[in-house]
Amino acid sequence: MSTSARQHALSTALLRRVPLWQQAEARTERLARGRTDDAADAVRLADDYRLLAHDLARARALMPRSRTREYLESVYARTHATLNHGAWRLGSTLRQLFRDDIPAAIVWLGPYLLWTTVIFVLAALGGYALVHRFPELIALFASPDLIASVEHGKLWTEGLLNVVPSSVLSVQILANNIVVSLFAYCAGFLFGLGTLYILGLNGLMLGAVFAFVNEHSLGGDLFSFIVAHGCVELSVMCLSGAAGAAVGEALVRPGELGRIASFRSAALRSGQVLIACAVLLVGAGFIEGYVSPNASFALPARIAIGVSYWLFMLALLSGRLWGPRPPTATTALNTPQTA
Amino acid sequence: MNEAAPGLSVDSATGIDVSLPLAGAGARSYAFVIDWHIRLLLALAWYTSAALLYNGRLSLTPPLTNEARWFGAVVAPALAIYFLYHPLLEVLLRGDTPGKRTAGVRVVSRDGGAPGIGALLVRNVFRLVDSLPLFYGLGLSLVVLTRENVRCGDMAAGTLLVYSHAASDLALTTQQAARRVGTLDASGAELVAELLQRWPTLTAEARAALARQLLTRYGTVGADLSGVEDSALRARLERLAQPETVPT
Repeated sequence: MSTSARQHALSTALLRRVPLWQQAEARTERLARGRTDDAADAVRLADDYRLLAHDLARARALMPRSRTREYLESVYARTHATLNHGAWRLGSTLRQLFRDDIPAAIVWLGPYLLWTTVIFVLAALGGYALVHRFPELIALFASPDLIASVEHGKLWTEGLLNVVPSSVLSVQILANNIVVSLFAYCAGFLFGLGTLYILGLNGLMLGAVFAFVNEHSLGGDLFSFIVAHGCVELSVMCLSGAAGAAVGEALVRPGELGRIASFRSAALRSGQVLIACAVLLVGAGFIEGYVSPNASFALPARIAIGVSYWLFMLALLSGRLWGPRPPTATTALNTPQTA
Repeated sequence: MNEAAPGLSVDSATGIDVSLPLAGAGARSYAFVIDWHIRLLLALAWYTSAALLYNGRLSLTPPLTNEARWFGAVVAPALAIYFLYHPLLEVLLRGDTPGKRTAGVRVVSRDGGAPGIGALLVRNVFRLVDSLPLFYGLGLSLVVLTRENVRCGDMAAGTLLVYSHAASDLALTTQQAARRVGTLDASGAELVAELLQRWPTLTAEARAALARQLLTRYGTVGADLSGVEDSALRARLERLAQPETVPT
């Protein structure tokens, strides 16, 4: 038998297996989309995988520039992904993210969180000291309207609800806060310097404004305005800064992985925290729109709301909001059995 | 066939690697332009219809004062559609969007599987960086300059954009080629099957030229095909690709 005749016979035989590939493709599709929980289907997928690998190897050798090889590549890749990743179930994926992945990322971000909080607090103290010593420098941090309002003995937040309804205010604030938080994270891309500047500037502004309003005996009023939403908002600011700092450090000190791989690993790990940050900022935005500018809320009520929401944040970030975690295989094995 | 395109190669337990061709700047831009138009049109459609209903007359102008109901019913949903289109659809459709589907590309993680929610969201958060300074300037430059054609969001999330040919089209060609293989060799059967499949989409001149080439190569050596009509050429091709009859 000549080589070409042998090749013809082999490729003809290969093409006769098309129905088997189509069955494998259909099974993969069912399992990948979670449309079936049939154990037999899952077991047969492993057989399909071997069959496709075998046929793809032959197709690559016999007909490398053919549609048949392309088709086999595509089905094989999808079967490989389904076998290695399982079906896509949005609910359980989200549950796992909030219960396991985000708390783990928070623990990992612990040292970064400490340092970003220190930087933020130091910047706030610096801003306070600067404006306390040189009051005219407030022009660097605050708008002329804000300065004029405070100089007339009124906080700019007074009567805010007469101008903008609470719902509009809430959405504007939460959208703005989420964008700032995302920017603090993304700015880590500039070797961490962007995050540092955003955190430092926000800290300076907070301290400077507090010093300025204090000079005009309005510090208590500003505290009363901020306390309900600020506990979580400022914590989230530090948290997204910590995520950005982790990304920055991965670029500055990549270690053995290499810069890109290290950046990828840090961004992926710390980026999960931003989902929790966005959720928390939505709540903080509504508090800032409905509670903070509303004069009918007394200071104790505002403190109670602020502290309760902050405790909720701790429960969410530690995963305790979802109850005790189910025992993993390892912990189950290590638990002594009682008779 | 994308043999020239650089690809992602993933090791597998069988020893046969999984190979996925990487999408380039063209396919990415095509997908983005389609998605951008869809989200813009959806947002505008929402704004227009909600504003008309709200005003109760043929007017799109907002009220003079800041009205919460106007903002909640007209402005906020339109903005949400525009800004959350990519992250929401990618999470719900596992990395897919209508634009990507039309351009024949999909998002995969580095192991060839669909990315997780965290990766998809990180990929979208970094659009803030990729869109700088204007019109995705940074993102597009990175796609052109990097070996794997990735933007900053892909680098951060560990994702890649790969070609995902409509499996149904490939399956159809392969299936028809399988039926027609007999007198023809496998690649000839594929070529004939694909030409017959694409016959209505080709111009008369192009399909006639291709049909003549194939008939000359596989069947009608020495025959003069210059005056043969379009329908006759198709009939000859179909005869050439008759399924092999099994003797009873």
